[in-house]
Amino acid sequence: MTQIPGLAEEHTSTPLSSSQSITLRIAKYNPVHDTEKKFMEFNIPYEKWTTVLEAILEVKKHFDHSVAVRFSCRQASCGSCGMLINGKPRLACFTKISELNSNIITVEPMNNFPIIRDLAVKFERLFDTHHKVKPYIIRDDTEITTNTKEFLQSPEEVEQYIQFSNCIKCGLCNSACPTMATDSSFVGPQALAQAYRYVADSRDKGKDVRLKIIDESHGIWRCHFAGSCSQVCPKGVDPAMGIQLLRGYMLGFRS
Amino acid sequence: MTNNSENKKGIGGMIDPRRYGIERIAYLLMRLSGLGLLVYFIAHIYETSKILQGQFGWNEMIASTQTTHGHIILAIIIGMCVFHTVNGIRVMLGHGGVGVGTPTRPDYPYSPASQNIKHKIGIYSAIILAAIAMMYGLAVMFGELK
Amino acid sequence: MRESIIMKIHYGTALASIGLVAVHILMRLTQDYAESLEYANVIRNYYFLPYAGMLEIILILLSIHGFIGLRVILLELKQGRIYEKVISYSCFIAMIGLITYGTRTIIMVNMG
Repeated sequence: MTQIPGLAEEHTSTPLSSSQSITLRIAKYNPVHDTEKKFMEFNIPYEKWTTVLEAILEVKKHFDHSVAVRFSCRQASCGSCGMLINGKPRLACFTKISELNSNIITVEPMNNFPIIRDLAVKFERLFDTHHKVKPYIIRDDTEITTNTKEFLQSPEEVEQYIQFSNCIKCGLCNSACPTMATDSSFVGPQALAQAYRYVADSRDKGKDVRLKIIDESHGIWRCHFAGSCSQVCPKGVDPAMGIQLLRGYMLGFRS
Repeated sequence: MTNNSENKKGIGGMIDPRRYGIERIAYLLMRLSGLGLLVYFIAHIYETSKILQGQFGWNEMIASTQTTHGHIILAIIIGMCVFHTVNGIRVMLGHGGVGVGTPTRPDYPYSPASQNIKHKIGIYSAIILAAIAMMYGLAVMFGELK
Repeated sequence: MRESIIMKIHYGTALASIGLVAVHILMRLTQDYAESLEYANVIRNYYFLPYAGMLEIILILLSIHGFIGLRVILLELKQGRIYEKVISYSCFIAMIGLITYGTRTIIMVNMG
């Protein structure tokens, strides 16, 4: 672990408060030439409202420009900044340092995702499993060809699936899932929740198609309702609920 | 830290119950109790086959299993059996969508409805009933109760 | 066999065995613990055909349930077409083996 003291001399318009500080440990790993993760420690001042992402960007600005981190919206809308923060998958922009109640903050790349470098991970597998469950309305007719202008839904019908449409594909659920820790072929809570999102949509006619897709040895049956996916979801999607409701169709609890 | 390209935590990640609440602990205990019960079941089928060796063979088996260690192991098995059964019923109902809540428009702080008090009570009930069963079993085996 | 069928069997055997295992364990309420383990009493239980039948059903149900559960755990630990086939068939063979061995005990005791 490398300790880097002091702030670099740099002009900044933002005054940095030094009333409180934490030790930020960032996992550094480049698969091209590193064999294992190393942690670099930085002493970062913070305020009550400082997020982990801001602390990481502070490191990039003043200490180590090479820290690889993905981020975009800074408001828990895009899902880019997912990472392990003190061992739990969270969005860095949505996690305040003050709420972690720790003087040492450890940030690592999300597990169950191949690492590109440092905190940035590859999302190909998530995209593949998401694509596998046909995440679109399946029906023979379209809104262009029917007599009615669009496929109408009542507020109650929307309520059945709107929660699951909040998914921002951040991947935190897949990272938290205990099955995905060992099973490379598991579809994952994100894809299964999205499968339910479309099955529950009254406009969709592809329920049987999707149920057949997920009815395999690494499909919905490898979910054991540990609930960790719902614990970490930052948008209230509650994938565990969606998966169990989806399984209810297959077990005959729902029709 | 895993050294594999998929960055999977492996078995360590699967069995680590920290940071995710009682539901994750219940998942781990369900797996452990299931494996433990399977091992016991196989051993039980084997030990009860000793009846075919007549009274001598049976008594020999009883003498080797009805020991202090044997009683403690059996008490653990009793606990595993009760936990696995009660939690299994809870999980089966959950798998059918029973008690996991109803979909609604999510609102901050986005508490997951599926991780609700009903399932938590189910888990704690399984643990408590397993503990009671273990205590009863120990009392019977060590002669406190008939 | 589709995975949903396997899992329905897993759930079904679990539910079916709950009551029967409870009867098996609660048989001890009819006797003292030490008495219930005596050779003569155990033999008498085996000779009582409904009880022996119940033991056979428990054996089958729990073997199926247990080995399907083991298969699930092993499939999650490692993936691959050949590995999965080996695990599935091994669990099936082990299940048949256990049922056969236990049934042998029940039948041979009943035959005297």
